[in-house]
Amino acid sequence: MIEIVQKGKSRPEMVINMGPQHPSTHGVLRLEVTLDGELVTHVRPHIGYLHRCFEKYGESVGDYGMVTPFTDRMDYVSAMNQEHGYVIAMERLLDIEVPERVEYIRVIMAELQRIASHLLAVGTFGLDLGAFTPFLYVFTEREKILDIFEKSSGARLLYNYMCIGGLMRDVDDDFKKDTEEFVRTFRPKITELQNLLTYNSIFIKRTAHIGVLPPKVALNYAASGPVLRGSGVKWDLRKNNPYSIYDRFDFDIPVGEGEVGTLGDCWDRYIVRVLEMEESCKIIEQALEAMPDEGDVQQNVPKRVRTKPGEIYARTETPRGELGYYIISDTSAKPYRIKARAPSFVNLSLLPAISRGSLMSDLVAIVGSIDIVLGEVDR
Amino acid sequence: MAKSTQEIFDYLKAAYPEVDLVLESAKLGDPWITIPAEHWKKIAKFLRDDSDLRFDTLMCLSGIHYPDEVLLAIACHLHATEKGHTLAIKVKVPESNPNIPSVESIWKTADWHEREAYDMFGIIFDGHPDLRRILCPDDWEGFPLRKDYVPQESYMGINTKYTEVEASDD
Repeated sequence: MIEIVQKGKSRPEMVINMGPQHPSTHGVLRLEVTLDGELVTHVRPHIGYLHRCFEKYGESVGDYGMVTPFTDRMDYVSAMNQEHGYVIAMERLLDIEVPERVEYIRVIMAELQRIASHLLAVGTFGLDLGAFTPFLYVFTEREKILDIFEKSSGARLLYNYMCIGGLMRDVDDDFKKDTEEFVRTFRPKITELQNLLTYNSIFIKRTAHIGVLPPKVALNYAASGPVLRGSGVKWDLRKNNPYSIYDRFDFDIPVGEGEVGTLGDCWDRYIVRVLEMEESCKIIEQALEAMPDEGDVQQNVPKRVRTKPGEIYARTETPRGELGYYIISDTSAKPYRIKARAPSFVNLSLLPAISRGSLMSDLVAIVGSIDIVLGEVDR
Repeated sequence: MAKSTQEIFDYLKAAYPEVDLVLESAKLGDPWITIPAEHWKKIAKFLRDDSDLRFDTLMCLSGIHYPDEVLLAIACHLHATEKGHTLAIKVKVPESNPNIPSVESIWKTADWHEREAYDMFGIIFDGHPDLRRILCPDDWEGFPLRKDYVPQESYMGINTKYTEVEASDD
């Protein structure tokens, strides 16, 4: 749908709808773009096409444990991280101690999921810009991670694997071997990806100096994850506000430096994701080494979750940024209020601020570099 | 130096002796400070700009409905990147007059959060530049996350009522 509006200007402005069925919007996102020639003067994102109101479901299902599958379905690309955030929030609210082995398995799962999610993000980002080959390469690797998940949890996308106080079941016997094997074979693939895409001059031309997000603006918009770190802010909840057992591992926080363009451009957000995969590998290796071999993963799982009135806001670092759960409990078996602060939702809200004045074709790159999952934006 | 909620409460009390601030907590979880709606914007600005507090990010803004007290509320979770402290704040308003000043001009991120709270709870944010529904369609009726919400029967000729489908034998 194209509409041409003349507003007493020398040149008419054009309003174009991008989406909701546009391949580069990564789901059902509609952007109402106002153009002056090829230049974007204004973008109005329209969301809600996937809105299922999980918060209402959360308040009406049987009990707290039954909320976990809904969290999976928010960000379906990183379901493990969503579950991790929710169970941590509940454990902090109820003061439940989690066995060592469970903590390690959760961290390994969360980091594997982070790699899988970043692979998808950089793969589809390349795809948006016309690089088809890297997409196929990263999907091969992502497949291996999904195989590991499938062996332990029985599912490939929506796992429902973590539960309050523990895990649904112990990992598969081959888990340790498979994961070690994966990390060993995956490392050279990062280098391969770097050669294919990162320093490809066409890719750099399409991403450097594009969609620049200054650090101050990023903080004011409460951006998080690679979007914030791409602007050079060294902020990662795993390091700055450690949850679970992240304080035991040695890893770096990659930040954007404006290596090929301006600080905080699309390329910077992309490179942060690529470098983070390497850091996740480091965490997985250390966790595999320290993980206790024996232990009942269900020993601290409460038969029935009993709560008193209480309120908690707990946040964790998902591949897309800060995932917060605000839970209000009362004496009943169901949460009184459960709100998910979705990182994609917040990160998408800064799209109008960083796409003003860019070219229409660059808007595709900017949306891709924010890496949104609409299931999480709309909840 | 990170401050606790108690310390921040005392600090705010000293800065605004005329405002009726209340420090509250439940049996479980973290405490919060309740601020009267008419003073919210002024205190929000102070929280962001004061050199000892520096709450530069609004992590989350959620609406809440208390049907027993006939109240609507927002809960704001703030974070100071440099200082490292966090704070939870609640602003409560009566259901009949659900107006809360918008803090969009202080933290840009409040824009979409406030639109969501308006969409889901019908809280009206005074001074918000673009207060429209965000997740539901513009012509949706009612506020879904209120406890007494009754879904509309149909939308654009589509039946929205959930009906149990009986399982067939084959």
